[in-house]
Amino acid sequence: MNAINTKQNLATDNVIFNSSNDVMLDLSELKKVYPTPKGDYIVLENLNLKIMKEEFVTIIGHSGCGKTTMLSMIAGLNPISGGSIAVLGKGIKGPGPDRGVIFQSPSLMPWMTTLENVMLGVNQVFGHVSKKQRQDIAKYYLHKVGMEDSFNKKAKELSQGMQQRVGIARAFAIKPKVLLLDEPFGMLDSLTRGELQDILIEVWNKEKITAVMITHDVDEAIFLADRVVMMTSGPRAKIGDILDINFDRPRTRKSVLDHDDYYTYRKHLIDFLEH
Amino acid sequence: MGQDITLKEKSQRTSILKPVISKITTVFKQEKMFESLKKLGITVLSITLFIGLWHLGSKALYNKEANFTIAKALEDQGQAAADAVQACIASGDSSCQPNTLPSPSQVWTSLLALIDDYYIIKQDKIDDAIENAPLNAEIRQFNIDNAAQIAAGDIEARQEIEYTGRSSFLDIVVTSIKTVFAGFLLALFIAVPIGIIIGLSPSLRNAFNWFIQIFKPVSPVVWYLLVFMIVKTLYIGNSSDNSFVISFISVGLCAMWATLVNTAMGVASVDQDYINVAKVLKLGTFQKIFKVILPSSLPLIFTGLRITLSVAWMVLIAIELLAQSKGLGLFVWEEFNNGANDSNAKILVAMFVIGIIGFLLDRLMLTVQNAVSFNKVEGV
Repeated sequence: MNAINTKQNLATDNVIFNSSNDVMLDLSELKKVYPTPKGDYIVLENLNLKIMKEEFVTIIGHSGCGKTTMLSMIAGLNPISGGSIAVLGKGIKGPGPDRGVIFQSPSLMPWMTTLENVMLGVNQVFGHVSKKQRQDIAKYYLHKVGMEDSFNKKAKELSQGMQQRVGIARAFAIKPKVLLLDEPFGMLDSLTRGELQDILIEVWNKEKITAVMITHDVDEAIFLADRVVMMTSGPRAKIGDILDINFDRPRTRKSVLDHDDYYTYRKHLIDFLEH
Repeated sequence: MGQDITLKEKSQRTSILKPVISKITTVFKQEKMFESLKKLGITVLSITLFIGLWHLGSKALYNKEANFTIAKALEDQGQAAADAVQACIASGDSSCQPNTLPSPSQVWTSLLALIDDYYIIKQDKIDDAIENAPLNAEIRQFNIDNAAQIAAGDIEARQEIEYTGRSSFLDIVVTSIKTVFAGFLLALFIAVPIGIIIGLSPSLRNAFNWFIQIFKPVSPVVWYLLVFMIVKTLYIGNSSDNSFVISFISVGLCAMWATLVNTAMGVASVDQDYINVAKVLKLGTFQKIFKVILPSSLPLIFTGLRITLSVAWMVLIAIELLAQSKGLGLFVWEEFNNGANDSNAKILVAMFVIGIIGFLLDRLMLTVQNAVSFNKVEGV
């Protein structure tokens, strides 16, 4: 019953978003091959996915299925073996600040202060505005993630959670077209993870930057996403199923947990993963 | 009124707390002081133990040599000669003292003698300067009067008379420090830029690899000879002393390999996450190198520089000895050849001075490293 529901939703989605103008990120027939001494290892094949403007998509799948490979290919950090990736209809050429990345480890430069870390990106993207304005941009986003008291703290002095907050600020501050998140909260304890999910969704609600996020956490996937994309296990991984999450935004954790559909969604995802 | 009372109460409360707080801080301070006292005590104890063992060792060696000399005199020349030798040794006369490992007290005496010597030479220099002052003034005047002709090259400028007597121990140490610093700077300016360049490019790294592997283990003596061949030719027709130039270049070339290898390794092994960040932000090459790669490889570069500095000190003695540069190396060699009564003690003084300066230089580098690099290093 449920599966039929989602299929129907998918169908209506396609009708709604039929005009190609609304597609932000288009992966078509994407393929990734790693040559090995024993022959080619095909990680991804026939992977098709259209992500709309202002959409938040989470990707869930078993470890090693190629989620991270896919994300780093979108980021331009990993070359494509076949097919294409387009942002707003234009094929990507290597990495660039139009696709911001929040990495699994915060990847802040430990020798820089939090402000300098955010400024590193801001200087690059907003080179044409005055230094004061650039600093204001960086400070605004640090404020948004609750780091307003730590502008001049060295990144290595911060806890993992705090560092990842700066990582979020750094990614949003360069105003990318697409935000790519590679299990950004995977290394955090569950309390901090909840906190950071709230911060992320709060900033995102304001900016509405198209986001693609990899996660292992079913609850996180449902709480954050408009659509949850389920990937089949590799090799030759592809999109297995897509689940629409029809919760209103802005969401609170409580409203999501109390919603009647929550457990239906959850069951759907877990059934897929355990299949 | 009521307010007054509460104020009073508050001040009383703080006054009650004050001694407690101060007591806590003193206890804390005492504990810290106890820690450092303990550390100091252990160091003093180990130094005492070392000096004690050294004393016993040198005494045993002294007795062995003295007994041998007496026994030999007895065998060769009979009882009377043996008694004379024994009396001579006991009297402390310098002509018949056994020449062996000096005792700590002898080394200390030599150190004091070298310090006295420094003052004597200082006085000599002053006397010399006073004596030569009128003559030097004349020479200066001559040079000024004939400035135009000297500039035109018609007349050669006259050299002022300088002190040419022996150098004091302090002068010798200063020469050595200058040599090491010049060599270190040379190594820094050669090895760090090359290290960065070959660290950035794997193909350049391969191209340079054989070069590094072959030249790294070359001995300081060979480096000296190589540099000597080149500098000698470059200085042809120039009578000025080139021993300093030769020795600092040899020291630098000999010691730079650690920095070169560490810099290349540091640059080549920058965390992939940082590189990815730089790629996503599309940083330019210049920014990528100066904002990401260099800061991230600084710890390894400094490790290399510290090794370079200590190697520079280590090879200094051999190179100064060969180059006849008036530093500690030559001092040690001359004392060894000199064979005077206190020569051995002076050699040991030089050894300790070299060790202590090397230690201080390493601490200096450590301080600089901790000031500029993002991860703190504890000295061992």
